[in-house]
Formats: sequence, structure tokens, C-alpha cells
Amino acid sequence: MRRDYDISGEIDWTTVLLYMALVALGWVNVFAAVYDDSAHQSIFDLSLNSGRQLMFISASIIIAFAITIVDMRFYETFAYILYGILLVLLFLVPIIGKEVGGNKAWIGIGSFGVQPSEFAKFVTALAVAKYIGTVGFRMDNLRNQAMLFMIIGLPMGLILLQKDTGTALVFTSFTLVFFREGMSPFLLIVGLCAATIFILTLLVPNPIYLHIAIGTILIFLIVAGKKKFKRIALLTLGALIISGVIQSVDYVVKDVLKPHQQNRIKALINPDADPLGFGWNVTQSKIAIGSGGFFGKGFLHGTQTKFDFVPEQSTDFIFCTIGEEHGFVGSLVVIGLFIALLLRVLFLAERQKNRFARAYGYSVACIFFFHFAVNIGMTIGLFPVIGIPLPFFSYGGSALWSFTILLFILLKLDAHRGQVLQRI
Amino acid sequence: MNEGRKEIFQLVIVLVGVIFLVKLFFVQVLDDRYADLADSNSVLRQIEYPFRGLIKDRNGKLIVYNTPEYDLEVIVKDAKPLDSAKFCKVFNLTRVDLRKKFKELKARKKEYSPVKPMQFIDRLANEDFAKVQDRLDEFPGFFIQARTTRSYTTSALANALGYVSEISKNDLEHDQSGIYKQGDYIGQSGIEKFYEKELRGKRGIRFKLRDVKGIEKGAFKEGKYDTLSIPGEDLISSIDLDLQLYGEKLMQGKAGSIVAIEPSTGEILSLVSGPSYDPNLLTGKNYSSNFKLISSDTMKPLFNRPLMAQYRPGSIFKIVQAMTALQEGVITPETRIRCDRTIIDCHGNHSNEDLRGAITNSCNPYFHSVLRRMLNQGKADDTYKDTRIGLAEWDKHINSFGFGSKLGIDLPNEKDGLIPTPAYYDRAYHNKPWKFSNIYSIAIGEGENLVVPLQMANFVATVANRGFYYTPHLIKAIGRAGMPLPEYTQRHFTTVDSSNFKIAVDAMQQVVEAGTGVNARLQDVIVCGKTGTVQNEPFPSHSVFIAFAPRDHPKIAISVYVENAGQGARAAAMISSLMIEKYLFGKTRRPYIEDYVLLGKFLD
Repeated sequence: MRRDYDISGEIDWTTVLLYMALVALGWVNVFAAVYDDSAHQSIFDLSLNSGRQLMFISASIIIAFAITIVDMRFYETFAYILYGILLVLLFLVPIIGKEVGGNKAWIGIGSFGVQPSEFAKFVTALAVAKYIGTVGFRMDNLRNQAMLFMIIGLPMGLILLQKDTGTALVFTSFTLVFFREGMSPFLLIVGLCAATIFILTLLVPNPIYLHIAIGTILIFLIVAGKKKFKRIALLTLGALIISGVIQSVDYVVKDVLKPHQQNRIKALINPDADPLGFGWNVTQSKIAIGSGGFFGKGFLHGTQTKFDFVPEQSTDFIFCTIGEEHGFVGSLVVIGLFIALLLRVLFLAERQKNRFARAYGYSVACIFFFHFAVNIGMTIGLFPVIGIPLPFFSYGGSALWSFTILLFILLKLDAHRGQVLQRI
Repeated sequence: MNEGRKEIFQLVIVLVGVIFLVKLFFVQVLDDRYADLADSNSVLRQIEYPFRGLIKDRNGKLIVYNTPEYDLEVIVKDAKPLDSAKFCKVFNLTRVDLRKKFKELKARKKEYSPVKPMQFIDRLANEDFAKVQDRLDEFPGFFIQARTTRSYTTSALANALGYVSEISKNDLEHDQSGIYKQGDYIGQSGIEKFYEKELRGKRGIRFKLRDVKGIEKGAFKEGKYDTLSIPGEDLISSIDLDLQLYGEKLMQGKAGSIVAIEPSTGEILSLVSGPSYDPNLLTGKNYSSNFKLISSDTMKPLFNRPLMAQYRPGSIFKIVQAMTALQEGVITPETRIRCDRTIIDCHGNHSNEDLRGAITNSCNPYFHSVLRRMLNQGKADDTYKDTRIGLAEWDKHINSFGFGSKLGIDLPNEKDGLIPTPAYYDRAYHNKPWKFSNIYSIAIGEGENLVVPLQMANFVATVANRGFYYTPHLIKAIGRAGMPLPEYTQRHFTTVDSSNFKIAVDAMQQVVEAGTGVNARLQDVIVCGKTGTVQNEPFPSHSVFIAFAPRDHPKIAISVYVENAGQGARAAAMISSLMIEKYLFGKTRRPYIEDYVLLGKFLD
């Protein structure tokens, strides 16, 4: 019966249109990023990134179509099996993988390489959603919570072993899904504080200043508030814990993080300190975007985003091309489209009738949001340089397919939302 | 309990979008700083080319040094608008030239960039540079890039030194080091190529500030990020420049080579290839046109004869045969063999010599017979198999003298020579059986054997050392370390016992004192030598001589080849003795011989 069901009327065409608009814009910008004024190249030229990106886009359309004709129950039923296969693949990558750009994150299939870590995103999202959708699952149950963190922790750990810090960090965005499903905000707040302390520790050359600052705040609080023993004791204990954390973070940062990772964070805080050294990417990226002005320099008329001034031009720093050639107006359009897509995905997630689909929808939203925020944030100097792609824009097959799969599984689930029993 | 969380998500998404847009509005619309930065590109990266290492001779005399030259570079984006009429006048170009230059610039495809410095005119002449220097600020976007070119104190040693020129497209594509860029110089042959890594040094980078017009405004951050160029390492050559010059003078108008080696170290004292060219022709502005001329010369001055010309060894090979036979025990120094001229012809008046006499008289039948004893020792019943075993054994001895394969001199393009192996004859006879009577001409250094003059010089150095050699090399000290490459400090022993060399030394002494080599006799020093006359039908034979001196504690070993100059006793022997005399005494005392050599009419 379900086979005859025509889903074309049920698919959320608003999302599909947003998707298509983003992919198309992404494609022409990949061309602009590699375009060479003097060479009379065609956007379809297969020796250029843009030509290959068109191949990847065509493949994405086939993938998207395939996803919509597979039985909807497949995704929930096979979530754990896919997850198992993924773990095995991720485990194998360091052993049988080939090295590209210093990272062993690729598995070769014929002449093509794929990055299992990219596909880890949707597989983990399915597994997380399935677990949350289990009958009897309670977010306030500690065992359930621990299980969830393990589901995201395993692939994250394996990807960290491939030294792909950027992709591994994407998995932290699942904590937002947990929050939506009822996790106490306390954990998120602690996480945010930890991140703030972390960055402060990098900013301040010697942690002793932070300790002094905390001591000052502590004395102020004690003097200002009620002088009850219990309150003073609690405040002092809290201050001691924070000081201890700072001391250990200081150790982690200076002895565990590699110099290039330290530099990326330092470049964020003060790119002018070494504009030709570790600040080069951020400085050049800001110059490129900043020089775009209100209307931009025009399609293919950028100067900074060509000729190596900005590194990783067609991949991680693709937003520079948009900023330079299309100015503030172009940036506004692209950011607007992303916001629209994210809000639409949230809307789709909220209207699901079972917990699996909703949790999955939120996973999609959170992963997209993380990529969007971190990638554009780093190109305009609001975030450290973390090598993750801008969805649909950055050049590369694995990433594009991974985002397409993420989105279209949600659309598929959404199209059938009327057929599932309410299980919330 | 989860109510309101949905709204938090929406809020955060919109908030991040707004933060981005506000930041972008500041950066793109309100702040002009970035636009200016992009326009001027503000910081210019300028390469400082290092000095290539110098090359000196063994006595500290300078052979190769650097002189400055100037390229005109341009940043296309800053070059507009260009007053082309004025530009053409200052740089002495026509309008057509100018347009062509810009076209060529853009044809550089991958490398072309309007915002990076690109080479526009390479190698301004010194006079041009002086003229242009003051007027350069009239042409924004153009500036001078200084680097150095090679210069040579003399016209000697061209082929051994090699030359330096712009890296070719092909080399650039295959360069794995990532060090070279288009327009960079690289050693193309000779020492310049072999020691490229040591000589090239490390380039430095200077960051300069520029204003919107592209005019330089001094160092960026007081030069904090500049790196200084590091000059290449100096090389001390083993060459004796005076001896080298003298050798080249003697070889003038002749084709051939002189290789002189210090036996106790393997250091090459002189390496003459005739005809040669003046290395100063292949530097600076006229490189391309001169290179065309030199490379198309029918006398092939770029052909480095000492290591590339392969000759049959001729009679000299009889010494190797003698020692190999002694080692194998098939003869003793007292063995006498009748000079039976029925199979192989001979020369001179002798009939039944012992080994010493056979070498002195260069007796062909003697060595024909010696080789037969060596190859057919009766180790197998079948004479074909027996020859095969004998030849393999013989090869082992001959190869241990450095024949049949590259010695490994510190120059590119060395040739192997040829010592035939059983496999070689299988191929030559298309796998049909062969035996001694098919291959006997190798006994007297004719037939299939091929050697290069360097191998011959190395051989005579080995005899001088009584049984070992150091691989011949041209560079005795690199940079501050002051050591040659490690492979040149190792002794290579032959398979022949030191005691078996005595007879060869005695015979060679006799050759010079009372045999074919009398022209090489010198006062106050015992010279040991051997002549060779290499058949070259239908042209006149090549004249060959090898020698070392003094007999005890030898200081110099030499091989001389003069093509188409007839008997070894004349041209080659005379040149050898003059070279030895010059090296040992600092001067020559026999003007008549020198004149005869310089005249060069050896066949009359």
C-alpha cells in the first residue's frame, strides 16, 4: 500500500527550494574562487573544482531521489546497524586510509576517496534519534544520558584519532538536541563557562592574573552579601574549583594542544600580532571580505580571493569569495537563506509526531547550525580557524553528499509524518 | 518542562545571523581600511636571492664567483596607467616589444597574477641599470630585483664546471623539492649541477610596506619578519688551476682529453676536454644565443670527453691482463712465450720474451696466449663452458679496477665503458655458442672493450698505489666542514694482490726508459708509463699514454688521449710528460717538445 503512495505532494518543497538555491549559489562561487582571468576557463571544465563540483551536485540529486524512494521505516530500523558499520569504518580509516593533506581521513574507492567522518554525521544523528525515540527513554535518567553521550562520543573519539579536530567538534552540537529533549541546561552552561575559561586562559599570559581576579570577585561577593558561614563556605569552594580548573586548563592548553592549534586560537584573539604568520589566514580573509564593500566587486572580479592571498579558497574559506565579489548585499542574501533554512528545519522538526523524527530533525538543525556559525564566524574573525566546510558552498563531494543525506532523510520522514502513530 | 526551548533555538539562530550581519556591515560598509589594504595589498613580499657558493682551486685560487645582475619586475595591477612612450624610451624598447612583453606575461598561465611581482625584463645590463635606476619611480609598479650571475676568472675547466641557467619548464614540473620557481637559476651541468644542493644557499624574504600607488615605504614592522638569505657553501676543488690552464693550452686545436689524478687521494688535478669553450659565454645576457652556437658546433665542445668519450683501451690493457694472469696463477713473471705472428700480428723486433719484455715490447701474441690460459683453465670439459667460466672470472678482476661501470665521479653524465660478460656475448652471438677463438681480440685491448679516459687515469693511479684507488673526484672540501663527500674517502681494493703490481711498475719504468715511451722521460724523476695506439680505421689512430711519477710515492697519475694523432709514443706521451713536469717542478724545461706539441702536426 505504501508503495503506491505518491509523496511528491507531501515533500516540503520550501526546504527543497532553499536547498537548491544554496547549492546553485555554492557552485558558481566555487567557480569564482578558482577562476583565472587570463585562462578563459569554463565553469564546466572538469579540471577545475567547479566542473567536479557539478558532478558532485548531480550525484547529490540522485542520492536525494534515492532517499525519498526507500521505505521510510528503513532509517529507524537500521539506525543501529548503520552506526555499527560506521564505527568499524572509522576504526579502519587510520589503518587502510590514504593520506590527504596530512590527515588520514579518506578511504579510497577506485580513484575516488570518501571521508567516512562526513557520513558519521547523519548516521550518528539517526542513532541518537532512535535512542531518544525508544519507549521508556527519559532524559532525566542518568543511565540514558550516559548512553547518549557514549553514542556521540565513540565516533567523535575515532575522528579525533584521525586528527580531524574540526569534524569531531561538530558532534558537540548534539548536546543542543539533548537540551531540546529535556536535558537540564546546567550542563550547557557549564560547557559554555568551560569554553570561556579556556579562551581566557589563552588570552592571559599567566594564569596567576585569573586567580587574582577570581579572588577579588570572591572577596567582593563575601563583603557585599550576607555574611552567613554556609554562603561564604560555598562561595569559597566554588572559587577554589574554578581556580583549579583554570590551572589544569592552562596545563592542557600549553602542554597538550599542538602549537598550530594554539596559534589558531591566538589568531582569533589578536590577528594583528603576527599578520604574516599564524594570523595570515584570518587577516587575508578579513581583507578580502572587507574590501567587498556594499555591492561587492562583481562576479569573477575579486582580486584578494584569487592568487593565493586567501588559502583554502574554494573549501573552508569560500565565504570570502561571496563577501568580496557580492559585498554586503551578497552576504546578506546568503546568511538570510541559511537562517531561513535553519528555521524551516526547526519548524519541520517540531511538527513531527514521534520522538525519533523530531530528535532527528533537531540533529539536522544543530549540525547545520554548527557548520554555519563556525565557518562564517571564522572567516570574519569571530571564531578560531576550525577546518569545517560551509554547507552546500564549500567544494568537496563527501561534505555535499553528507549534508544532502542529512536533509533529505528529514524530508522523507516529514512526508510520512501522517502515517506514524503518535508516540510522544 | 520543555516548553519555551523551541523558542530559544529560534532566537539563537536569528541572533547569530544578526551578529554576523552587524559584523559584516562594520567590516564591509563602515570600515574603508580593508578596501585600502586590499588595494595596495599593503605588504610586499620580496625575495632576496642568495649568493651561490664560490669555487676555488686546491691552492685557494678563485675559479668561479658571482657578479650582480638586475631584473626588472612588475606588479601588473599597479603598473596602470603606464606612460608607454616614456617607458619605451627609458628602456630602449619599441611599442611592439612592449606589447609583446605584456602578452608574454599573461601567457604564463598558472603563474600569472596581477598582484604578484612578475619578471618583466630579465638581466638588464649594468649600464642600463645605472640609467634606469633613477627614473624608476616614474613608473609605478615596476621595480628592480637584484641577483647574481656566475663569472669565471679564467676560460678553463668549462665542461667540468658546467653552467647555471634558468630552470627549464620540464625541470620545474618535476621538481619535488618545491624550492624552485619560474625564473630561478639552477646548475645545469658539471659541478654546478652535481653540487646544486650545496651551492644554491637559501633565499631570504623581505616584507616591504607600500602605499596605494605601489611605492615602497620601508620595511614592514622594522624588518621583524624578514629572513636573510643564506649564501651557498663554497667548494674547494682538487683542480690545480695552473696545471689545468697549461693542459688546456697543450690541447688547443686537438680533440681529446687529459685526466691527472693524485693517486694517494683520488683528487683530480686537472681534467681537460678538448675542444672546450669559454664558460663566460654561458652567463648573463647572451646566454641563449651563445648556447645555441656552442651546442651546434660540430666539434661538440659541450661533450665532456674525459668521462663521456668511450674508446677501445688498446695496448695499455695488456698491463691489466698481465696482473690478472699473475693473480690467477696461469703465468709467472718468468713465463716466456714465443712471438708467433700467425694468428695475430705484432710489431718490433723480438721473438721470445718474458712478461716484462712482453709489456715493454707490447707483444700481441704473448697476451693472446695469456688470455687463452686465463679463459680456458680446464675447469669444465666442454671448451664452450670452460670459456664462459674463465670469462666470468676475468670480468671480476677487470671490474675491480673500475672498468665496465661508472666510477662515480662528482659530475653528471659519466659513461660506463664496456667490459664484455658471458651474457653480452650470448646476445652478440644470438645465443649460439662462442669460445676463446671468437673473442680473443679483447686480449690486446681491441674488440668489444670500451673505456673512458677517466677510467684509464684511475687505472694508472691504482697501479701507482700498487692495488687500490680512491674514486676520482673534483671537490676536495665542501663549505666549512672542509670534507669531501664521504664516498670519496674510501679505498677500493682490486682483486689483484699488491705484490703482483711490482712487475707492472717495473715494466712501465722500462717502457719510458728504453721502450716506446722515451718521449716521456724526465730528468731527476723516474716516470713509469705505457703507450697505446688505438685503431680507428679508416681514420688515423688515437694516440694514448698513461703514466705516473715518481715511481716511489707517486704524486701524479695521468691519462692522455689525443684523437687521430697516430702513435701513443708521440702526442700523448709528450703531453703527459709536459704535464708531469709542470706539476712536479712548476715549470717545463724542454721548449722543443712543448713547441712540437703546440704545433700539433703529429702525423708528419
